[in-house]
Amino acid sequence: MSALDLWRERHRALAPQLPGAGLPWLARLRARALERFADEGWPTSRQEDWRHTSLAFLEQSELVAANAGDAAAAVERLRAASPDGHWLVFVGDRFAPALSAIGALPAGVTLMPLADALATEADTVEAAFGRAEDGDSPQALNAAFFTDGALLRLTRGVALEAPVHLVFLPGGEAHGRHLRNLIVADAGAAATVVEHYLPGADGSTLTTAITRIEAGPDARIDHLKLQEEAEGAIHLAGIEARQARGARFASHSLSFGAKLARNDIRTRFDGEGCEALLNGLYHVDGRRHVDHHTLIEHASPRGTSHEFYRGLLDGAGRGVFRGRIIVAQDAQRSDAMQRCDNLLLSRQAEADARPELEIYADDVKCAHGATVGQLDEDSLFYLRARGLDEPHARQLLTYAFAAEALARIGLEPLRARARSALLARLPGGELLEALA
Amino acid sequence: MSTATRPIDAFLEQEYTAGFVTEMESDTVPKGLSEDIIRMISARKNEPEFMLEWRLAAYRRWLTMRPPTWAHLRFDPIDFQDIVYYSAPKSKKDGPQSLDEVDPELLRTFDKLGVPLHERARLAGVAVDAVFDSVSVATTFKKELGEHGIIFCAFSEAVHNHPELVRKYLGTVVPPGDNYYAALNSAVFSDGSFVFVPKGVKCPMELSTYFRINARDTGQFERTLIIAEEGASVSYLEGCTAPMRDENQLHAAVVELIALDDAKIKYSTVQNWYPGDKDGIGGIYNFVTKRGDCRGARSHISWTQVETGSAITWKYPSVILRGDDSVGDFHSVALSNHRQQADTGTKMIHMGRNTKSTILSKGISAGRGSNTFRGLVKVTPRAEGARNYTQCDSLLIGDRCAAHTFPTIEVRHPSARVEHEATTSRIGEDQLFYAMQRGISAEDAVSMIVNGFCREVFKELPMEFAVEAQKLLGVSLEGSVG
Repeated sequence: MSALDLWRERHRALAPQLPGAGLPWLARLRARALERFADEGWPTSRQEDWRHTSLAFLEQSELVAANAGDAAAAVERLRAASPDGHWLVFVGDRFAPALSAIGALPAGVTLMPLADALATEADTVEAAFGRAEDGDSPQALNAAFFTDGALLRLTRGVALEAPVHLVFLPGGEAHGRHLRNLIVADAGAAATVVEHYLPGADGSTLTTAITRIEAGPDARIDHLKLQEEAEGAIHLAGIEARQARGARFASHSLSFGAKLARNDIRTRFDGEGCEALLNGLYHVDGRRHVDHHTLIEHASPRGTSHEFYRGLLDGAGRGVFRGRIIVAQDAQRSDAMQRCDNLLLSRQAEADARPELEIYADDVKCAHGATVGQLDEDSLFYLRARGLDEPHARQLLTYAFAAEALARIGLEPLRARARSALLARLPGGELLEALA
Repeated sequence: MSTATRPIDAFLEQEYTAGFVTEMESDTVPKGLSEDIIRMISARKNEPEFMLEWRLAAYRRWLTMRPPTWAHLRFDPIDFQDIVYYSAPKSKKDGPQSLDEVDPELLRTFDKLGVPLHERARLAGVAVDAVFDSVSVATTFKKELGEHGIIFCAFSEAVHNHPELVRKYLGTVVPPGDNYYAALNSAVFSDGSFVFVPKGVKCPMELSTYFRINARDTGQFERTLIIAEEGASVSYLEGCTAPMRDENQLHAAVVELIALDDAKIKYSTVQNWYPGDKDGIGGIYNFVTKRGDCRGARSHISWTQVETGSAITWKYPSVILRGDDSVGDFHSVALSNHRQQADTGTKMIHMGRNTKSTILSKGISAGRGSNTFRGLVKVTPRAEGARNYTQCDSLLIGDRCAAHTFPTIEVRHPSARVEHEATTSRIGEDQLFYAMQRGISAEDAVSMIVNGFCREVFKELPMEFAVEAQKLLGVSLEGSVG
């Protein structure tokens, strides 16, 4: 039996237990998505979007169950560092109520696990869910198999002060976990959402995670994703945003873990005067591989987008970045700026960067830049002249390179969390932590 | 600025000035492509057996390949059986020994184009290997070059007179199966230029070939091979104009450059083939594979191109930096007006130690033109100390044109430094207003702004070409501002 048939088989067995099994629209969507995945199979490097990241090996590989370990302790540590907020914790493919603390919510805010929302808020979920045809085949797999995630819905003008923390611990099923988060903000609403993927005690598995964001007119959504999965994990994620007139969207994607991580981050300006910030930082070592594909569609006039990605590539790791900016015809007065900078820290590391501009309007300000290089010799010399030995000087400069990405994260507790996650990865991190 | 006839519109609408057809007897083969046609081409050219075998192998390879679809281009599929693959001016049969033997009609055509044959060639100090449709007709300055041991001749001549060199180098930079159009070229190539500069020789003059597509429905498939031995240097100019046509004509050339230790090759192109009319009817399809191989240490290959013509341009002059300390340059101006589409750029493959490359690309889009820069900078695991700098600017004229930038960077050595920068700007009403206020016409103002935008590339061109290129841009852009 081929691997794709196995997925069909699994789906047949699981379908009755999947959340929303009684909803005809969802059953149809799941069936279409499954067929699509079975047709297309895992993406391979023959596809332009997957040229540097082939998933063909998943055809062969056996998925193993992971163990969350002491989930309560891990969540406790996070909560101690950022006491504010609404906490939803997921272990494996399900919501874990005992570890969660949603807390009091202002009027006009709905925040609940998606599996529950399918029972009580089915219309909202249907409207925001997306289609079986969206994204590449892993996204279709996600649609066919998703079990849980979060739904956040904000009505007109509601601002959620404290961040929403979605914490994902591995565990459970051997066929992987498939998570979907839906964020819907009506006109003028505002929220900050953190998605944090933690490593478990042992084992590693496949994760697909799709987050869909709809920002209404003048709404503001700040999204921070922190991916610290275990060394053997496969993490395939997509963040898809739509922005109405004047909406602001910020995405911070910090990818430090997993054997292979792929993030597809897209946003589209459906109305005039939108703003987007795409901020990213990735670190690989060993034989790990991280890939970010971003797309910003300036589909309407007077939009502004700023994109900054930075990579630290160590060991025999490989960092891939492809950033596309499309300025549609008549999307005049668009302002798009994109940068991708990579630091190669070892002989075997590899950086691949493809910054792309597609412009169909003339009154625009667009620029992009990409660099691949190593630490500046002059800066090293400067620090050494001041008495730092070479390893420490290198560590300090490496951290400084990455710190620029951290500095763009607005809320201090989140910035601090991202910083400790990074320092845990860098050599000499404890020392730098003390300095920071 | 909303005058009734905007000066930029008038400027953009200027049509192609080099469109005329010379009536000549042509010796053509039937339409279509098959092994028989290839045998026929090879037989007409009296080629040795090895060339025929090479062509047939390429053809069989081509049959298994599919046309590439990744380029940002839109055109109807090409019917490869509806093309005449060989056409030679009749008089070639007797083989003209001197200019006097050349068909006077042909010479008049060159006169119209301003090709410096005759005395003019000598005065201009340019040796011209004129490719008229598919066969070289006259080569000048052969004697003078011969004294230095330089071989500069038609490719078909080289096959007869220097088969050992052709065998040694042909297809070593662009192998027959490299890509769809290169395979096609390898199977049916008609003629082209062959340059060999022996060890230590600095070529005393700029070498130049004028290509001209002439006979109706004849695709042109040139093959150019330039070899610079140790310490040699050569500068080669390629310029094109073509008569006006209503049918799309396919052009698939292959150019191979080989630079051994300390050699330097500079290859400059001004391409002004018929771009189609302002509604996109007609025009040349230009699918070209150009690649240089810096085979030796400290070698240097430099591509400079000004692309203003063709309905479709698909062209990526590249450099393989194999030798230690070798250097590759790419300087490009690409202009697309009306409904022209250009997908062009370069590849720099760093393999040797301390290799350097520079990419400077200026894209100008006007009217409904679409201009794409596509580049690859690759640093392989052994390329210690590789350095690349890429600058890639787009200028947009009008709100219906498109400009795209698709660079790829792949780095596998930690000591590499690769930088890419790209910007997009436009010619604004305010800039034009400023110039016109001071008594400069809109056309001149556009010309000035565009020439300023392209200056860094123009200064890489040899003198005669730089002048021609500036004029060409002005002419090609007429009617584009509004």
